[in-house]
Amino acid sequence: MGQNQSEIRYLTPPAVEIRKVKYCRFKKNRIKYIDYKDPEFLKKFLNEQGKILPRRVTGNSLKYQRKLAIAIKRAKHIALLPYVTDLLK
Amino acid sequence: MINNYETVFIATPVLSETQMKEAVDKFKSVITSNKGEILGEENWGLRKLAYPIQKKSTGFYYLIEFKSEGKLIEKLETDYKRDERIIRFLTVKMDKYAVEYSEKRKSKKVTEEPVKEE
Repeated sequence: MGQNQSEIRYLTPPAVEIRKVKYCRFKKNRIKYIDYKDPEFLKKFLNEQGKILPRRVTGNSLKYQRKLAIAIKRAKHIALLPYVTDLLK
Repeated sequence: MINNYETVFIATPVLSETQMKEAVDKFKSVITSNKGEILGEENWGLRKLAYPIQKKSTGFYYLIEFKSEGKLIEKLETDYKRDERIIRFLTVKMDKYAVEYSEKRKSKKVTEEPVKEE
């Protein structure tokens, strides 16, 4: 039986998931203040509909995710970023 | 308690250049006459809005950085609300990191065009 199992051959090698190590880019680059006046930068943290990406996708630390959310909301208020849209990128 | 604040407002695009200047001067005088001290200002000019506000798709942006008592904010914001030329405004208190950032931004502007940070 044990021998049989080892006989299993795959046509394509089984995809071994290579996990990219996520990191908080604010911590890494020592960014202390997230500017709400820079929409191009903030766009990196939005999806195509203009929603804020979750931490599990971006890897931000909680501290900076909170600050980021505030900055994005401010940018939306002064019409630097849209509240709702399609094809932001 | 004296804090640093930063205020951005959007004026209607129908204003002429002199009218825009008038509006800016008005709000600057609101700040200075209430014991505020203007630390910096930035004219972003006519910009496209990300979404229409009051059926307008563009607006004049202007940013003023100042230092004052907290009481001034209330006054400034009621003046914004009463002014028909202003279609949107935002006033935020600056923490120490924000102050640091704006100083860096200003000193960069003096030397050359601001470089985007990655």
